[in-house]
Amino acid sequence: MIRLQNLCAGYPGRPVLQDITLNFLPGEVLAIIGPNGCGKSTLLRTANGLLAKTAGQVFLDEAPLEALTPKQIAQKTAYLPQSRAVPNITAQRMVLHGRFPYLSYPRRYRQQDYEMVQKALSWVGATLLADRPLPQLSGGQRQKIYLAMALAQNTETILMDEPTTYLDVSCQLEVMALSRRLAEEGKAVVLVLHDLCLALQYAHRIAVMENGRILQTGTAEEVYLGKQLEQAMGITLGRVETSLGYRYFYK
Amino acid sequence: MKSWRKSYTKSKKRPALLILALGTSVLLSSLLSLAFGAVSIPLTEVLAVFLGHGGETQGRIILLARLPRLCGCLLAGAALASSGVIIQAVLSNPLAAPNVIGVNAGAGLAVALCCAVLPGAVAFTPFAAFLGALAGVLLVLFLSEKAGASRITLVLAGVAMSSIFSAGIDAVVTFFPDALAGYSDFRIGGVKNLSMARLAPAFWVILIALAAALSLSNELDLLLLGSETAQSLGLPAKRLRLLLLALAAALAGAAVSFAGLLGFVGLLVPHIMRRLVGEQSFPLLLSSALGGAALLTLCDLLSRLLFAPFELPLGVVLSLTGGPFFLWLLLRQRKGGRA
Repeated sequence: MIRLQNLCAGYPGRPVLQDITLNFLPGEVLAIIGPNGCGKSTLLRTANGLLAKTAGQVFLDEAPLEALTPKQIAQKTAYLPQSRAVPNITAQRMVLHGRFPYLSYPRRYRQQDYEMVQKALSWVGATLLADRPLPQLSGGQRQKIYLAMALAQNTETILMDEPTTYLDVSCQLEVMALSRRLAEEGKAVVLVLHDLCLALQYAHRIAVMENGRILQTGTAEEVYLGKQLEQAMGITLGRVETSLGYRYFYK
Repeated sequence: MKSWRKSYTKSKKRPALLILALGTSVLLSSLLSLAFGAVSIPLTEVLAVFLGHGGETQGRIILLARLPRLCGCLLAGAALASSGVIIQAVLSNPLAAPNVIGVNAGAGLAVALCCAVLPGAVAFTPFAAFLGALAGVLLVLFLSEKAGASRITLVLAGVAMSSIFSAGIDAVVTFFPDALAGYSDFRIGGVKNLSMARLAPAFWVILIALAAALSLSNELDLLLLGSETAQSLGLPAKRLRLLLLALAAALAGAAVSFAGLLGFVGLLVPHIMRRLVGEQSFPLLLSSALGGAALLTLCDLLSRLLFAPFELPLGVVLSLTGGPFFLWLLLRQRKGGRA
């Protein structure tokens, strides 16, 4: 489990995160939402050790993050960045990279690595794409492969930065449903999302951010009723009750 | 599971076949290079010389003139091409190559300075070339990281640095005219007048650097995914980029130390091989090393045969054959909508 305690971070001459305290809990989809530039991506990068903190603490399974090696962190936390390269390699090779944190020298993949890759591909429904070169896949298919790579890492926590951007609606819903399934398996899934309706519908818990701070944390119900999200984003939200629960929309 | 492993193995077959074909072409071009030139020697006689019972004249031609030349081509081709693969992967820039971003020119300046200050210290030149190449590559890395340079800015900055280093070489040669014997040959690049003793230090540098790069091919693959993804997979990306660039500098520097400023191999060969084997680093590095070695050997053969008994400089033949081929490749790629 990742625990952020009074965390501050940023870039030279530009502090971004201010006094963030937040837990990424197992069995839960946590959506981080807020206006552009409020520090959502910075939060994920700092939680994963990709960006150095300026104050506060990040604990990974109660150990300070700086006490762990990059490999130890990678064995516990997978991270899907916002911008993703598309090298000319096959999809299965790409997913196999997810096993890198478990390799020791001379970096030969083992039977269990291949088994994990197959499992990850089947999890995201991309087994048939295994032999296809990545540049030949559609945006949605590539996203699935990236997700499979993160799953092949077999970590307790998965951080995804805007995993639904550039995807069509059906692919977006697939990603969100997959996030729920991963949470049901006991993983902590943290998503930075721009689609508030998706976040409110699928996340167990939502953290609303503004200007590098967390305004509110709570369930969709609490966030909807709290109105801080509407103030931060400058929008008005509505909802209707359906047989499947509440569905949210912009007014 | 077995069928999945089978399909994975099948996807590895094509690069393996290509590497086998390239290995064969290196062998054949080497035999041709030893047999043909101003004087043609039958292949049976070439083999006889290596088995120790060939004629004395043929033996002298092959062992003292053609063999060092062949080894120079093989080493320089393999080193420059694999250096190009590494630099392009680390800088995530397909336009980057040792001759484009000033690595070769940096090595050249260091060699010129070394020859001017320590004339006769031939064994020291690969080391000096390494330092020059490393300085060039680190400047590029600094520009790309600190200045937030885009791909094009990076190449333009490399071209500017290349010009500065080249001006430095010109200045050294102006003040120390004897520093670089056969200055124009050095500038164009070539493998004339080499000896096995002169090649020996560069051979070890290239062998060790290439083996190290191949052993780090998995890490190089991860860097292709971008620094953030690589780091999130547990790779110490910053340290590794520096290490890989140092290896690329060692490879390019060692080649420049005896073959001069040979351009193009580091750009042309990785591009061709990437189209044939994809971007997976191990087969790409291996095929580029073999492809570079075969290409330079064949170009050297052409340089000796086209206007025999006169010789064209190797760099000229390389540019005249490689340039149009590269342009054809780009046009074909554009037609295929993959430019």
